[in-house]
Amino acid sequence: MNDATQHLDDHGDGPGHFTRRGYLIGFLLSVVLTAVPFWLVMTGALHDAQTTAIVIIAFAVVQILVHTVCFLHVNTRGEGGWTLMAYAFTAVIVLIVIAGSLWIMYHLNSNMMPMPSAETSAQP
Amino acid sequence: MFTESLARTIFGRLTFESFPLHEPILLVTFIVVGLLGLGLVGVVTKYRLWGWLWREWFTSIDHKKIGIMYMILGIIMLLRGFSDAIMMRLQQAMAFGDNPGYLPPHHYDQVFSAHGTIMIFFVAIPLIVGLVNYIMPLQIGARDVAFPFLNNLSFWLTVAGALLVMISLFVGEFSRGGWLNYVPVTNLQNSPDTGPDYYLWALQIAGIGTTLSAINMVTTIIKMRAPGMTMMKMPIFCWTALCSNVLAIAIFPVLTGAFALLMLDRYVGTNFFTNDLGGNPMMYWNLVWIWGHPEVYVLVLPAFGIYSEITSTFTGKRLFGYSSMVYATVVITILSYLVWLHHFFTMGSGASVNSFFGIATMVISIPTGAKIFNWLFTMYRGRIRFELPMMWVIAFMITFVVGGMTGVLLAVPPADFVLHNSLFLVAHFHNVIIGGVVFALFAAMDYWFPKAFGFRLDPFWGKVTFWGWVVGYWVAWTPIYIVGLMGTTRRVNHFDDPSLQIYFVIAAIGAGIILIGILAFVIQIAVSILNREKLRDTTGDPWNGRTLEWSTSSPPPAYNFAFTPQVHDLDAWYDMKDRHAQRPTTGFKPIHMPRNTGAGVILSGLAMALGFAMIWYMWWLAIAAVAGLFVVAIVHTFNYNRDYFIPADEVAQSEDARTKLLAAGA
Amino acid sequence: MAADALTEPQAEPSFYDIEDSHHHEAGGSTLLGFWIYLMSDALIFATLFATYGVLSSAYAGGPSPREIFELPLVAVNTALLLTSSITYGFAMIAMQEGKLRGTQLWLVVTGLLGIGFVGIELYEFANLIHEGATPQTSAFLSAFFTLVATHGLHVTFGILWLGVMLVQLGQRGLHPENQRRLMCLSMFWHFLDVVWIGVFTFVYLLGVLR
Repeated sequence: MNDATQHLDDHGDGPGHFTRRGYLIGFLLSVVLTAVPFWLVMTGALHDAQTTAIVIIAFAVVQILVHTVCFLHVNTRGEGGWTLMAYAFTAVIVLIVIAGSLWIMYHLNSNMMPMPSAETSAQP
Repeated sequence: MFTESLARTIFGRLTFESFPLHEPILLVTFIVVGLLGLGLVGVVTKYRLWGWLWREWFTSIDHKKIGIMYMILGIIMLLRGFSDAIMMRLQQAMAFGDNPGYLPPHHYDQVFSAHGTIMIFFVAIPLIVGLVNYIMPLQIGARDVAFPFLNNLSFWLTVAGALLVMISLFVGEFSRGGWLNYVPVTNLQNSPDTGPDYYLWALQIAGIGTTLSAINMVTTIIKMRAPGMTMMKMPIFCWTALCSNVLAIAIFPVLTGAFALLMLDRYVGTNFFTNDLGGNPMMYWNLVWIWGHPEVYVLVLPAFGIYSEITSTFTGKRLFGYSSMVYATVVITILSYLVWLHHFFTMGSGASVNSFFGIATMVISIPTGAKIFNWLFTMYRGRIRFELPMMWVIAFMITFVVGGMTGVLLAVPPADFVLHNSLFLVAHFHNVIIGGVVFALFAAMDYWFPKAFGFRLDPFWGKVTFWGWVVGYWVAWTPIYIVGLMGTTRRVNHFDDPSLQIYFVIAAIGAGIILIGILAFVIQIAVSILNREKLRDTTGDPWNGRTLEWSTSSPPPAYNFAFTPQVHDLDAWYDMKDRHAQRPTTGFKPIHMPRNTGAGVILSGLAMALGFAMIWYMWWLAIAAVAGLFVVAIVHTFNYNRDYFIPADEVAQSEDARTKLLAAGA
Repeated sequence: MAADALTEPQAEPSFYDIEDSHHHEAGGSTLLGFWIYLMSDALIFATLFATYGVLSSAYAGGPSPREIFELPLVAVNTALLLTSSITYGFAMIAMQEGKLRGTQLWLVVTGLLGIGFVGIELYEFANLIHEGATPQTSAFLSAFFTLVATHGLHVTFGILWLGVMLVQLGQRGLHPENQRRLMCLSMFWHFLDVVWIGVFTFVYLLGVLR
């Protein structure tokens, strides 16, 4: 904590200098990272739904990171590191909200629903 | 026929039957409130204060004035919330056997819902936000917050929400779904009335205000500390304010989201929380409690900060274990996000889920316990001055520890299956919120009042307030703990077992003693204003304080500090006194300050109109209000002229006055 | 800044910043504050994603994702949004180089791409509703429409903001205040990209896979 707090006073530096190169690299990467998952799903190239799911989720995570670095310009220097810290904290909270809710509600369904979920949803 | 449809177009579902003229309790309340309101308006008009109020207060973006307005809002709403409490206590003390009491269930349900909603959202939050607003910028040596206009807007949005809740008393009705407006009670098919809509719109509007305010405070603490004040030299109250506001930013969006989904269910007919077509009511509980548990810490962390500051000041010692205090606060901030399921252990998500959240809940008591020891060790071998704020701290430590322990008890899932939704639980959270948050707020008001107004609060009536609250708390809630442990459930409006009545009678007497405390507080303020010359503080440092807010005058000038202080030590002001820092008396410069604006009031008024229109299905008004919101917001962005300079000689004038005062005092 | 002069407490420490060197330039906190606002917005989306995740198989006899999602349309929409983020980037570079015309031009392009995105999304929604897959049909569809429409509303709001910025650029040029607002809008626009990555992956692609 102390190390992170030392250089707090050199504030006032915004997200830094943007370069055309940075944007272009980000754009090319994101085109690839978008095109591949769409191609995988639309052609069924991997044949196995679960593998495809894991691969496209991995692509999404990488693409989010690419956008964060190249377009949102998050780095360790911006605002004395506070931008990054806010981002990391939010990522953790987002994960807790989504994973926690899914975990809890999944267990609720499996414990409290007498019938498999396909049948419940078949009711009008 | 035509007039009917015309009326429907204009007034939506608002008709003459919407006014509860047949309910004598409400009618009398309405008349009293109306007369008081008319009286107030009359006085303001008679003394021609409207212009002054508008210029100096309503449109002010000075964090100190906004802080004071937040406090006034919180205190007014405390009176409303407490009258709900007294009504419930009386009902439960009376309604046994053949006696149905005086509140029919339909009305009683609204009273307990309104009580909880008001006490958390419109009493605790405004009071905490108000204190942070007032004290924090002074403690970090800043001249205002990062976004002064946003601060004003946040306040007025909170007021708009509070007004909607108050309007629900006399126009239509309030929610009967408990303080978190639970589904399935509040689904459209079960509550087609306006109650849940009042709740949702009031809290949505106020919640946006709270989120914006939290963003503002966090940015202020990060960006605007005085030179030399590293994070680990920041006063502990600011640390707790930082963590509390970070938490608020992390949770209020979830609440906003959950409420928005319920609104869609009620207005559009979606199926998020319905019982059919795949909806899942428990998802609502899940979401509101993701907000709900951290919210407790949003309130109590600043309270811990208040206790720390007071303990340190009134024992004349540096806070024991400052860094452990900081780490404990940060750990609580993160852990508090991992415990929400303990509010619905009985839902049935099974052993694995319940164990995880049960253990996480028990773990969170460790950093909290560490804090108690820090305060005890700060007091150890200190020269303790038993002034009013310190008395509150002692009462807090005794009361809060009991509440904490019953909390750990409830954290054990098997025990919770017995105690869930019992009055034991209700006693537990009143124990921690009254003992933790409310005591802190009174301590803080006694402690910082002289800073804000230039004179101390009357100690005699302060002591009456203190004893009223402390004794009243224990008399009111001990019997509730007992009946709760015996299995009595909450939100009940009539009992059959006559052996329980004595407990509820005692509890009602306890509430009466708290009432004495509250009245004494009002008297305390009145008496202090009358005796203000005798209680005057000319030094700006009446308690021999340790942090920067005491280095400026009481009340501080608009610009807070003529020269920004430079910080070398955790207890910056104590350090300055210790090393005989000389206050500069010449060489003042013009000071750059933000300009007042009425946009916050206008936007909030439009937001309130939008809420009211949506509640009553007056679609034309809703559309007009939305259009108005956009127009005003956009027009506001075309104003580039938002600041001005306080001229140097004006600064010199007020600083010279302070120099004279200080010389006279010495 | 002033901090350097203070770190060593020497014999004559200064307790007041007489020179007023520690000056907070007006609005110096805006970017960080706006960033924190975006983080809170991310949590609204997290709530909607969590709700969608929990309700994503609650079809209640209504259609399933595979029956209603049209991936080619989603692919076109994704392409529009991704392109709009690079065009916004070019606007920022033009702003950095002090070129007002270039900034305005790229902003207009970005706005048009955004309008295209919202248009296609509305077309998709209209189609779905026409086929009887309305937000009221099932919890799954409620969650789907709400999540995607909330993103779409954000984009719409971004376009509106962009329009206001074009007017203000026309009035005052690359005023420092305008530059700061454009930086905020930049963060907002790219943030919506990031959310869209989540939407097309978790809602559309995974939905069709199911």
